[in-house]
Parts: sequence; C-alpha cells; structure tokens
Amino acid sequence: MDFSLTKEQVLFQQMIKDFAEREVKPLAAEVDEQERFPIETVEKMAKIGIMGIPIPKQYGGAGGNNVMYSMAVEELSAVCATTGVIVSAHTSLCAAPIMENGTEAQKQKYLPKLASGEWIGAFGLTEPNAGTDAAGQQTTAVEEGDNYIINGSKIFITNAEYAHVYVIFAMTDKSKGTRGITAFIIEKGTPGFSIGKKEKKMGIRGSATCELIFENVVLPKENMLGKLNKGFGIAMKTLDGGRIGIAAQALGIAQGAINETVRYVKERKQFGRPISGFQNTQFQLADMNTKTEASRMLVRKAANKKDQKVPYSVDAAMCKLYAAETAMEVTNKAVQLHGGYGYTREYPVERMMRDAKITEIYEGTSEVQRMVISANMLK
Amino acid sequence: MKIVVCIKQVPDTTEIKIDPKTGTLIRDGVPSIMNPDDKSGLEMALQLKDEKGAHVTVITMGPPQADLILREAYAMGVDRAIHLTDRKFAGADTLATSHALAGALRKIDFDLLITGRQAIDGDTAQVGPQIAEHLDLPQVSYLEDLKFDGEKTFTMKRHIEEGYQMLEVEAPCVVTVLSSANNPRYMNVGGIVDAYQKEVEVWGFNEIEVDEKNLGLKGSPTSVHKAFARGLKPAGELYEVETDEAVGIIIKKLKEKFILN
Repeated sequence: MDFSLTKEQVLFQQMIKDFAEREVKPLAAEVDEQERFPIETVEKMAKIGIMGIPIPKQYGGAGGNNVMYSMAVEELSAVCATTGVIVSAHTSLCAAPIMENGTEAQKQKYLPKLASGEWIGAFGLTEPNAGTDAAGQQTTAVEEGDNYIINGSKIFITNAEYAHVYVIFAMTDKSKGTRGITAFIIEKGTPGFSIGKKEKKMGIRGSATCELIFENVVLPKENMLGKLNKGFGIAMKTLDGGRIGIAAQALGIAQGAINETVRYVKERKQFGRPISGFQNTQFQLADMNTKTEASRMLVRKAANKKDQKVPYSVDAAMCKLYAAETAMEVTNKAVQLHGGYGYTREYPVERMMRDAKITEIYEGTSEVQRMVISANMLK
Repeated sequence: MKIVVCIKQVPDTTEIKIDPKTGTLIRDGVPSIMNPDDKSGLEMALQLKDEKGAHVTVITMGPPQADLILREAYAMGVDRAIHLTDRKFAGADTLATSHALAGALRKIDFDLLITGRQAIDGDTAQVGPQIAEHLDLPQVSYLEDLKFDGEKTFTMKRHIEEGYQMLEVEAPCVVTVLSSANNPRYMNVGGIVDAYQKEVEVWGFNEIEVDEKNLGLKGSPTSVHKAFARGLKPAGELYEVETDEAVGIIIKKLKEKFILN
C-alpha cells in the first residue's frame, strides 16, 4: 500500500497550486460579488490543458488520470469554488459521459473541442419536478423520421450560459419510467433550444446556473448518446464520477478555509496574545485538519479506483458525503474562529461557508449518498 | 536554430527563515524551485521556438534531485534535457561550475546560449559571463528582450542603469536574462503526464570536455570567510509636519549623512 503521489502527480500539484494562487485566487471575491462567470480563467486553464485532464491524448486531452483531475478541482476550489465546479461539471458531467458512451464519431466530434477548452460542457438532468427523483422526467423526445423532437426544460444547470455542448436526458417512453429515459447531445444554437432564467444563488455565484428550454428542438438520431432508453444508467454512472469532482470541490473549500484560518489566528490578538495561543483555537484547528485530511484520503481512493477501472460507486458516495459535510463543518468553524470579521465580506471564509453548502445538495444530496452506501451494505 | 538554456534548482528564498540562534538558513522543508531568472530565460527560448521554430535543450548541474526542474522544463515544452552530475563537480564555486558547464557545452551544437542573470541563492551573476569567456563567445548580460531575424542576427534590449541599450549580435552568442523579461508559462498538463516518459541524459566528468583541475572544490578559488544574518534596521524617525517643513528636515538629514553637500 502506497499513499504517496506519483512523480507526475507531484509535478502536477506544484503547477496547479501555483496556477490557483496566481491566476484564480485574485478574482475569487469579485467573481462571487458580481456573480460573474470567470471566462478569462477558463481561457487560461484551457491553454495549459486543465479542461481536458482525464481525456485521452488521442482525443486531444492531457491523457492524465482521475487522481490528477480531483487534485485540480481541489486546488482550484481551495481559492475559488466557482472555478472548481466549472471544471468539474465540464469534465465529469459532459466530457466523461461522451467518452464512456459516445460513438467513435461523437468522440471525434466533441472530445477534442472539450479537451482543448474551446468548448465548455454542461449536463442537464434536473427538472423542476425531477430532482432526487430523476425518474420523474417530463422532458420528452419523440421519434419523427430520422430525428427526435425534444420538448421540456431543465433547471439548475451549471455552466449553462457559457456552454457549447450539453448532455441532456429526456423521456422516450413514458410508460417505462427509468427504463424509458434516453441521453442526447445537444449543441448551443440548435433551433428551439434556449437558455432561460439565471439563478440567484447563495454560493458558487459565478458558475452561471440557468434553465435550459427545449421547444420543438429537432435533434438528428446521431445525437443520441448511448442506446435508446438506456439514459438513466448513463445518468447514474455519470453522477458517480461527478461525485468525485464535487467531493474534491468540498475538500478544496475545507482546505482553503483552513489555510485562511491558520493565517488569521496567528495574526489576530486578543487578551494580549495571538488567538492561536488559546487551546480552543488549537483543538478546533486539529479537528478541522483531521477531517479534511480524511476527506482527502476518501477522494483520492475513489479517484484511484476509477483509474483502476474497478467499481467505485460506493466510494464516490462516501467521499462526497464525508467531504461535503466536512466542508460545511470546517467553514462554519473557520467563520467562528474569525469572529465578527469572519462574518464580513472582507474575509473569504464567509464566501467559503456559502460555497460549501451546495456540496451537500448537488450531484446527489447527502441523503442520496447515504441511500447508496447503506443499500450496498444491506443488499 | 538551436538554443541551450542553463537552469539551476534553488531553494525558494521567499520561504526561507533564518535560525535566530545560529544566523544560518533553515533549509529543511523549504521547497526547491527553478531559479526565476533561468525560468525567464527558458521562456524566452520557448517563445523563439513558438515563433520561429527552434530546438531547445536545457542543462543543469546539480545533485540527483535537480532532475525535478528538468522534468518541469520538459512539461513546459523543451526538446532535450541534460543533467550534469558527478562527485567531481561537488563543492564548486561559480568558476568551477562555469568550467563544468562550458565542458558540457563544448559537446553541444548551439546558436544561442541563454542563462538567467543570477540565482536567488547566491546572487553572484557570474556563471553566465564566465561560460562565455571559457567558450570565447560574445556575451550580452541583463537582457529584457530578444528578437531573431530568422537567419543569424539577434536584436537585443539590454537593461542598463540609466535605461536600455539596443544591440545587434550575431549567432553564436551567450545572453543572461532578467526575470522581468517575461512571465514564464505554466507547465502543460499533457506535458506533465509525459515528463517522466522522456529521457534525461545524465552526464558526468567522462562525458564532458574539461580539465579536471578546474572542477569541484579544487577548482574553486572562492572561500567563504564568514556568513551572518544582516542586522535589523533601527526604527525610523517619524515627523508629522507640513510639506515645506518636511522638505527642510529631509535635506538636513541627507546633509548629516553626507548624501547631499
């Protein structure tokens, strides 16, 4: 058993930490405050290959692995959770299902553009009445000659406003429930496809979360991803991978909050000494760090299992559950240790606390993760 | 065009602390990085490669762990990496180092040799110019910018105390580059994935062309007399006065220190 990073991963960590510190951190407060999608950061990430980390070289990607990808989301999220989720949704939720389920023609068409970051990817499963109950899809795809006609809408779609390609799900056979859902690839600008309302969110405020609207969208059959009526399985498998990304995001938020707090408690003086001298501070920090490191081990284990191509669904659920709840707890403590200053927008920990909350909700709530974990125990 | 860039692994001096008791550097746990001036020199070479096409080789002299900066250079886009390492090179000062590097460079064909101006651990700025002397090549130090006409002439912008000097120099030549010349690129992710698949050529004394007496401790005339931590500056004097009076005080103080007559 070896817990150490490979040589390549050590080199990668050096680069991504440096990139996050110099290119991403300076924009984090502004991106949050103005609810602005950091398109300039995406361009910089694209240039050095961050938008295509686990995509094979033959499709224009970096040919890296999921451990490296999770490290990227972690380090980006440690300074800006918005930037972390942009990469996570693009990679795990759009490029990955095309890579795993696409035809060779679909892979050739979409992966090089996604890997180079020329195109941004998004994923549309959630609907107003189909959240955790993903089987309640009301978006429909009706066969008509060589095409499918798509009608309906999706909500809470990360990257929506800036994406060029979307993996979406629609009912092709309502009578079959989950066995009647099919996945499709749809490009921006397809007639009848439009972006709706932009959400005003508590956290990750720069990530351009919007509604997708389909009004008699004509999609050729070659845009079907995977087989007819096999969409539910594709969605669930995609979310398994996505959970590693979100867990890495949560891990990064927690680590970022620790980094800020360690600096603050050494500087902040009360009762004539830095507050780092008080045992309460020390014990809080010890707990924050231990849980964050435990999250990291779970994330890396799940990512490594995915790299080894062994089943990892339960590991993904566990790392997402634990890292998300840890992020919430750690950011809460970070604000507490900052006192009144921590509650202001002068310090980044209040943003981190708002950003952390979503990790307990999207790509499967903590309750869903508990269902996945316990179902595997009791089967 | 063939370019060689000399790079050095140094402790990240922004992370270094001084032991208050002994006055020596605490090197434990301090990360090692590619020297910033050298990295800008490498970026200059890679920009020439992007614009005009060039074959870029990096070379470093150092202990086995210096391999890391050669992998980093591969991930940034260089074509060849050479690691000079041998017990015979150990204990070298700038002169012995420049002899070893020159010995290796005699074995490599190049049109342009780039070094950083100086390393942040020693701040001597000697190795680049010394290499040029050993190889009997023209040298231009403190470079801010360099353009290539595509044939054999470089136009160079050199930083001098009062401003800039513009020069035209023919290949082959040696230049030393300032870190202010550019913003070095990040390693490319795909390049990182491949960095350890590529070969780093390891050269020792037997692979280079140099007189052994010029190497290592024997070839190093520099001896360190004493190392000490610079004392803290005393607190300044603070005057809260109107501008006119402030000017008077400043002039008086400068005269006291014989900075003004």
